[in-house]
Amino acid sequence: MPEMSFATELLLFLEVLINGLLSGIMYSLVALGFVLIFKASGIFNFAQGAFVLFAALTFVSFLEAAIMGAENSGLLYFVACFMLTLVVMAAYGVAVERIVLRPLVNQPLIILFMATIGLNFFTEGFAQLIWGTEVHRLDLGIPDEPMGWLLDKTNMYITAFDVVAAAVAAGLVLALSLFFSKTRTGRALRAVSDDHQAAMSVGIPLQHIWAITWGVAGAIGLIAGILWGAKLGVHFSLALLALKALPVLIIGGFDSIAGAIVGGLIIGASEKLAEFYLSGIIGGALENWFPYILATLFLLIRPQGLFGEKIIERV
Amino acid sequence: MIYREAGQFKASYHADQAIFTIRQDLWFIGGLSLLALLAVPLLASEYLLQSVLLPFLLYTIAAMGLNILLGYCGQLSLGTAGFMAVGAFTAYKFATAFPILPAPILFILAGLVAAAVGVLFGLPSLRIKGFYLAVTTLGAHFLIEWVLTHFGWFKNYSASGVITPPPITLLGFPIDSPAAKYVFTLVVVIILALLMKNLARSAIGRAWCAVRDMDVAAEVIGIRLLRTKLIAFAVSSFYCGVAGAMYVNFYLGTVEPQAFTINLAFLVLFMVIIGGLGSVLGSFLGAGFIVVLPILISNILSIVVPDAPGAVVSNVELIVFGCLIIFFLIVEPAGLARLWAIAKEKLRMWPFPY
Amino acid sequence: MSEGRKFGEVILSAREISLSFGAVQALTDVSVDVREHEILAIIGPNGAGKTSLLNCINGVYHPQQGAILFEGVPRLNADPAKIARQGIARTFQNVALFKGMSTLDNIMTGRNTKIRSNIFWQALYLGSYLKEELEHRRAVEEIIDFLEIQAIRKTPVGRLPYGMQKRVELGRALAAQPRILVLDEPMAGMNVEEKEDMSRFILDVNDEFGTTIVLIEHDMGVVMDISDRVVVLDYGRKIGDGSPDEVRAEPAVIEAYLGVSA
Repeated sequence: MPEMSFATELLLFLEVLINGLLSGIMYSLVALGFVLIFKASGIFNFAQGAFVLFAALTFVSFLEAAIMGAENSGLLYFVACFMLTLVVMAAYGVAVERIVLRPLVNQPLIILFMATIGLNFFTEGFAQLIWGTEVHRLDLGIPDEPMGWLLDKTNMYITAFDVVAAAVAAGLVLALSLFFSKTRTGRALRAVSDDHQAAMSVGIPLQHIWAITWGVAGAIGLIAGILWGAKLGVHFSLALLALKALPVLIIGGFDSIAGAIVGGLIIGASEKLAEFYLSGIIGGALENWFPYILATLFLLIRPQGLFGEKIIERV
Repeated sequence: MIYREAGQFKASYHADQAIFTIRQDLWFIGGLSLLALLAVPLLASEYLLQSVLLPFLLYTIAAMGLNILLGYCGQLSLGTAGFMAVGAFTAYKFATAFPILPAPILFILAGLVAAAVGVLFGLPSLRIKGFYLAVTTLGAHFLIEWVLTHFGWFKNYSASGVITPPPITLLGFPIDSPAAKYVFTLVVVIILALLMKNLARSAIGRAWCAVRDMDVAAEVIGIRLLRTKLIAFAVSSFYCGVAGAMYVNFYLGTVEPQAFTINLAFLVLFMVIIGGLGSVLGSFLGAGFIVVLPILISNILSIVVPDAPGAVVSNVELIVFGCLIIFFLIVEPAGLARLWAIAKEKLRMWPFPY
Repeated sequence: MSEGRKFGEVILSAREISLSFGAVQALTDVSVDVREHEILAIIGPNGAGKTSLLNCINGVYHPQQGAILFEGVPRLNADPAKIARQGIARTFQNVALFKGMSTLDNIMTGRNTKIRSNIFWQALYLGSYLKEELEHRRAVEEIIDFLEIQAIRKTPVGRLPYGMQKRVELGRALAAQPRILVLDEPMAGMNVEEKEDMSRFILDVNDEFGTTIVLIEHDMGVVMDISDRVVVLDYGRKIGDGSPDEVRAEPAVIEAYLGVSA
């Protein structure tokens, strides 16, 4: 690298950092879906990535079908397709709850986790069967190019799209936090996550709650799918995002919404920074494993994550 | 009537602790092994040997490895494919550096190096449990994959992407015909199965089960947790390393990190779940199931929907896999091995219903 | 019960133990001495900190203040496995058996501290390891005879009734041939006959092998009958320490259990 002034170095660092944070927000979006289901049912839904994919594909199909029949695609079509996809995702969630989860209600959590792995395979195969493996373009009307004024002033490459995605994620986090702490349903969800039996014994309808949970998780998956799909194109590799969300969950804690955001930011930033500064020394494609090693080191120091609940075993 | 224990007494503790306590079991398994060893290589077609039985045996070894770690010791690990890759590349490096090494030494070395790597990635298990450990082992997988891809030393700096392993020899004779590969692998499988059964019924096996069932209690009665878990990682990775080395040499024919994907790790996990956790027999049944299933699916599909493109077939496979996992977990979480045990129970009573 | 019995030196000593979990103070300034060969009972209302004290002895919990001395040597760090190997065995309030294994295998795990062969010999199951394994099997069978549980030898412990499970757990603790046997409510949930059996086992172990016994127990009849000394805890503090008769007359103890009329 040629000699650079300190100011330029700092700006470069900031650019990488901000881009990392913004991409981290995107990871957080996927992680939020995991957290929601884990908070409400104690199940780690490995199939969340496949859900994101499925939601994105459904949405894109509706959009493509709607646009074909009309002359101008507008906000109305967008919203309509969004709602329609929400319904589909909610229905899928309910189906999952009824067919997969209900029969496994009393099994140890590891069995439920493995069932979601099976669900993941099923959803992937199903999605690919219906939609094939070509990439579908998804245009949200927000340019994914570096913002001109920022580029001119500070020479930093940051796109408007990333900023919008961050704003959406922030809004979602706020909404979910309020939902969990202020509304009755939110409290019921938290009760169910703590102890199924106890929740049932105070009259909380378990099946309804789970249906709501999976529906909302599907909705979050849809939003994440739309944003990621717009950025990368809707393709089955979206499902692999689920694997990236795991280190996020470890650092943030499996049951914390704030943790999903903070964890995502940390992973996104550290990933981009490591790639930028270290790839010269040890080779590229660090991002495949760096988040995991970071998460592992984190776990060794704080096994419950930043915001997770400490597990005390009683003997 | 035929399958009963009447008249079979155990006069010593040794007899009571034997692997086959019912004589009929010994005859059945012994007979099956002889058949597999002698009759099958002579009678079976090359296709059957190379494309069905060989992968079945190789997957069995990997499944046994994961079963030791997950089924007996309760440590959820997704690093299976990574450890297999370590074994594969170890065998490759040693074979190219010392061409005179015979097959058994080569594979044992592969296992040992994989065991060492397994112990390294098993160290976090002292503090980390459950899903978190699964994610840590996932990291191990990606790290191993990255290391093997990015440092040309592993591929002997070959310019082309395709690396062919040197021929494998035993006592000077190359093992290259499907029948030879099959018999060699079968012998290895029988030895490893025996060792696994022995470990399961000895002190370390009990220590593993104790750690799995309630590790706090295990510690209080004197079981050293880290040592027990690391031994599980070591033995499990040994098996996976051997499986990986034999996989590239006998089955794939090329040595590449991409052969060991995360999907392979999940595949082995499914074998262990469907077959039955914590069971030698389960490893066999699970591996057999996973090998036979795609063949069944593609055969059925070709009848029902002829000319289906390859992509459709593999997607249907995914769907069926997914459904079967869920089905098994709902109906019999203890897997095929439990179904087999139930069948044996009924057979003991036959012709009485109970 | 204490007349004419010979006790040894203090073998285990807890000095000014204080233990807290966040805001909850489980133990405050508790000091207990355990003499060799004696039967010491720890009693007190629920939530008094009895199990927490036992967990400190076994190294499961680490007290924030105070020290535990074994044979006069203070413990530097609490490693439960190491403590077990020093000769302290334990049963638990909520039966901590290994549900996936049979009775025989569970008790065999108790012999784990005595295994000398490495895993290579274990994998071969021959020679020196085989001899060792059969030796341990023989020892375990003697315990099974002693506890009269031959019939359930091969049963998976998850299927056993609660009283039997407690007996198996005692067997697992005995298998380690411990110097101190720590029992957490060994008679909980048992009927009169089962309690008599369990008392008999405990007394026999103490009599034949000289094992020191520390037990938590709620049944006052049992406590008065079999123990040599009684320690009383209430709200994490020690309020009584002495022979059963002495403790029974202690005003603080009476107040803790029965309350004082206003």
